[in-house]
Amino acid sequence: MKEFMLIFRQPSYDYSNATPDEMKTIAKKWQDWVGGIAAQGKVSAHGRRLDTDGKVLKAGGVVTDGPFVEIRERLGSFLIVKADSLEDATTLAHGCPALDANGSVEIRAIL
Amino acid sequence: METGHASLKQLFQQEFSKMVAVISHMYGLEHIETAEDIVSETFLTATESWNEKGLPANPTAWLYMVAKQKTLYHFRRNKIYEQKVMPELTAREEKSAEMDDLSFSPQQIKDSQLQMLFAICNPAIASEAQIGLALRILCGFGIDEIAEAFLSNKETINKRLFRAKEKLRTENIKMELPPEHEIVNRLDNVLHIIYLLFSEGYYSQTQNQILQKDLCIEALRLGLMLTEYNKTNLPKTNALIALMCFHASRFNARQTNDDTMVLYEEQNETLWDKALINQGQHFLALSAAGDEVSSYHLEARIAYWHCIKEDTPEKWEDILQLYNELLMINYSPSVALNRTFALYKANGQQAALIEAEKLKLENNHFYFLLLGELYKNIDPKKAMANLQRAYDLAKTQAEKQGIKRMMERF
Repeated sequence: MKEFMLIFRQPSYDYSNATPDEMKTIAKKWQDWVGGIAAQGKVSAHGRRLDTDGKVLKAGGVVTDGPFVEIRERLGSFLIVKADSLEDATTLAHGCPALDANGSVEIRAIL
Repeated sequence: METGHASLKQLFQQEFSKMVAVISHMYGLEHIETAEDIVSETFLTATESWNEKGLPANPTAWLYMVAKQKTLYHFRRNKIYEQKVMPELTAREEKSAEMDDLSFSPQQIKDSQLQMLFAICNPAIASEAQIGLALRILCGFGIDEIAEAFLSNKETINKRLFRAKEKLRTENIKMELPPEHEIVNRLDNVLHIIYLLFSEGYYSQTQNQILQKDLCIEALRLGLMLTEYNKTNLPKTNALIALMCFHASRFNARQTNDDTMVLYEEQNETLWDKALINQGQHFLALSAAGDEVSSYHLEARIAYWHCIKEDTPEKWEDILQLYNELLMINYSPSVALNRTFALYKANGQQAALIEAEKLKLENNHFYFLLLGELYKNIDPKKAMANLQRAYDLAKTQAEKQGIKRMMERF
């Protein structure tokens, strides 16, 4: 088995308008999804969630408050999984709640 | 006479570990076998004497006195021998002043047993051997009882214990508490061994119910021992005790008189031990101090939910999330199966079935039991086929019988 990093991105992590019940539903979706991978014994390391704020350092010593990259999605968190191949790792990524929020999962082998 | 016999056995079992711990503490762990022999001889003397003259007023004090005499006699004789053979002063001789101080005071017993617990639960010794040693030295079990608990034979157990004791010597393991900064790490191993000891009893394949219960009670006793000392009375210690209390509370409900297991769903909850559940809740509350969430915390909370028979959506949702968390810390096939069962209760059959099919635990009969349950209302034929596979894979007669009953009721 090899290790792969699943990187989650979403256009927005602004849940300031979400009700506690909606937050609970979102949390449950993530927990159940990761739990499903863990139940297959395929979670290697659980990435911590990242704060939405941060800084970006660019060439020439320019520091900005983001956006972090010039794409429409922000990095939310990551998960390291065990799988036999990139295809298998991609299969694990199916059902990821980031997709429901119009986000994406990037799957990269860890060398 | 039968009851008198049983209580003598109990007394010996209790006192064995105390006396061996105190003697080993006094003379060093390298003399642990001598300590065992002295205590066994003491019991022999006691049985002979008590048969003849009747039980003394205070049997425990009697045992301590005789054990002390035998110990002092043994080590004095040894000292003379060593002094004759070895002209130079030995380190042991410096201890000679202490030798007469050998006492079985409550404090001495408590300290020695705690130190023995740490000495035995030492990662230098293979964990199976740690459990064996714990059963023998800390719980006073006989070799044949240990063999029965492990479904093994006396020779194997004797060899295992011998190697473990040899390891105590070669690794120069001392009877002392680890230094303060190491206690937390070493405690993890101690807790793990107590947990294994409890599981060995709770899920043991032996049909001997008294032995199973004994194992669980002893594990609980060792856990409680750790709460008497500030440095080891940590939230995770309390969580482990809570976990053991909750499980043990169902002991009488899960078995019928003819040794067949009663499934949780069919258990008569009036047979659950309310006092143990209350004790578990007490320790669960204590375990909430601090930030650490150990696997014992999660398992204790799951076990607590199982002390509430009534099914509610909150119950299964909470159990599911606890299992999700537990899997992240501690994956095992059985946790994965339990999690999938909780998923079925919380999110429904269809969702659970999709997840279950991914597990592929092809050698595990519980896996096929779960699939059988999940297919029950969707595809009875498939359900039956899965139960049949579970039956074929089941290891014990009790399990096979249980599965057969399920198939007949289908």
